[in-house]
Amino acid sequence: MDTILLLLVTGIGLGAVYFLVASGLSLIYGLMGVLNFAHGAFLTLGALIGWETARVMGADSWGGFALSLLVGCLVGALLAALTEFVLIRPLYERHIEQVLVTVGLNLAAIALFEGIWGTDPVFIQGPTWMGMTTNILGAQVPNHLFITILIAGLVLAGMVLFLKRTRYGMIIRAGVENRSMVTALGIDVRRAFTLVFTIGGAAAGIGGVLASHYFGYVSPLLGGSLLIFAFIVTVIGGLGSLAGAAVASVLVGVLQQFANYFWSIGDFVVVILLAVVLLTRPSGLMGRKVATA
Amino acid sequence: MSTTVQRTPAPVPAGGTHPAPVLSVRNLKASIGGQQVVEDVTFSVPATGITALLGRNGVGKTSTIKAILGLIHRDAGTVELQGQPIQALPTHRIVQRGVGYVPEDREVFAGLSVAENLRLSERDDHPRRELVESLFPDLVKRAQQAAGSLSGGQQQMVSLARALMNENRVLLVDEPTKGLAPKIVGEVADALEEAAKTVPILLVEQNLAVVRQLAAGAIVLSDGHVVHTTDSATSFLEDDTLVTRHLGVGTGPAHEGA
Repeated sequence: MDTILLLLVTGIGLGAVYFLVASGLSLIYGLMGVLNFAHGAFLTLGALIGWETARVMGADSWGGFALSLLVGCLVGALLAALTEFVLIRPLYERHIEQVLVTVGLNLAAIALFEGIWGTDPVFIQGPTWMGMTTNILGAQVPNHLFITILIAGLVLAGMVLFLKRTRYGMIIRAGVENRSMVTALGIDVRRAFTLVFTIGGAAAGIGGVLASHYFGYVSPLLGGSLLIFAFIVTVIGGLGSLAGAAVASVLVGVLQQFANYFWSIGDFVVVILLAVVLLTRPSGLMGRKVATA
Repeated sequence: MSTTVQRTPAPVPAGGTHPAPVLSVRNLKASIGGQQVVEDVTFSVPATGITALLGRNGVGKTSTIKAILGLIHRDAGTVELQGQPIQALPTHRIVQRGVGYVPEDREVFAGLSVAENLRLSERDDHPRRELVESLFPDLVKRAQQAAGSLSGGQQQMVSLARALMNENRVLLVDEPTKGLAPKIVGEVADALEEAAKTVPILLVEQNLAVVRQLAAGAIVLSDGHVVHTTDSATSFLEDDTLVTRHLGVGTGPAHEGA
């Protein structure tokens, strides 16, 4: 029982990290039709600079941790906004080129990060409490999981509020459905493009800092490995659906933990799940139906 | 000085030019994915009333509208809105200058509420909410309902309401009665007639009874070209030879319905 509970919480924690990456991917694809392969770079830079910040401030202090989250968030947002503005925007409506440029940016970014921080993982620490565990019904649950789940929950709530309550949120929801009709109402949808990139980058930056605490290290390759699962989560949840990304993140995270613990085939099971979803519900769990001409 | 060689003007019959038209389209060519769908179209839309854009299925009526709005790629030609060229502007700028659009198939945002669909269309601080609410009282009742859950007729009301929310210089309305029940067709036609009192409309419409009720002039497309223009849509529709040749249909009782 305690093992089951521990696996469940660990899985939800992993799902929380996936969500922070997948939410941005899903919104960006939904609105712009761009699969953003550079999303992992946003996360990695957030994690690396977040860790540098925490180290300067004192890695075991709560202030250092909080500041590292804030800095990670800002760094991710800034890099994402810059990416959209400098690389994506000039290739407006040229989706294949847009995807290729994100692939290129990702490769270049990883090489740059390796040049600066080296290829080896750097083991990190946070506030002492986060390194300890809490006993829940016999399960010794690492405390950092609570923080990760809490923050991902707050990010989800913030995104939902933004999408539901603000004009730009409304433009993004409408644009995910039908981008050209948004422009035909006299709205410059490209501003929303920069916005979803910025929001997605901010979430990925926070995800980077939290992921580094989840895995216990930072590395230039942190983003790449998470990005693959985030893509899978995005497809399973339904491209363009925030709720879908949230549900699929937790589903994939939990499934992966259980399959890993009992049969050591976590990654395999996730790919099988992806195949099953694609075969039975090609538009994902909560994706809109593929538009017909 | 040598005389300039006069280019042969496009064969536009009388009635094709209007004093101070709201919209002038000259030699417009447009393509979708490299395939030319509008081949050299020239016409103008008078500054009052409803002008019908007619033609068989697939002659490029919808493409012409989309090309005017920049929703498809314009290869050549000019489009002037009250004398100002707009052919190089992106879609949202064209719309901001006062071109309202009611697309074929309505294109409401299904996941957004009716109220959100309308709010999204408000371009400035003076949305004409009262006008829209008086024209479509049904939409007020359904403000919080998801637009995707409405009937086709109600969705058309949302689509029309979005275009009427702002003060426009011209409306481009594409097949507003397509797929609607006869009773609803009448309501849509009445709403357009009401709207036309304040804004000129270029109307693509297959239902000839509706055209007869609403349209003053008509522009007829065939094979991507304008083949006929008239100041009197009614007289055009009464000429069986012309109608059969250009629209491929008779004007018998079957088309008098609705």
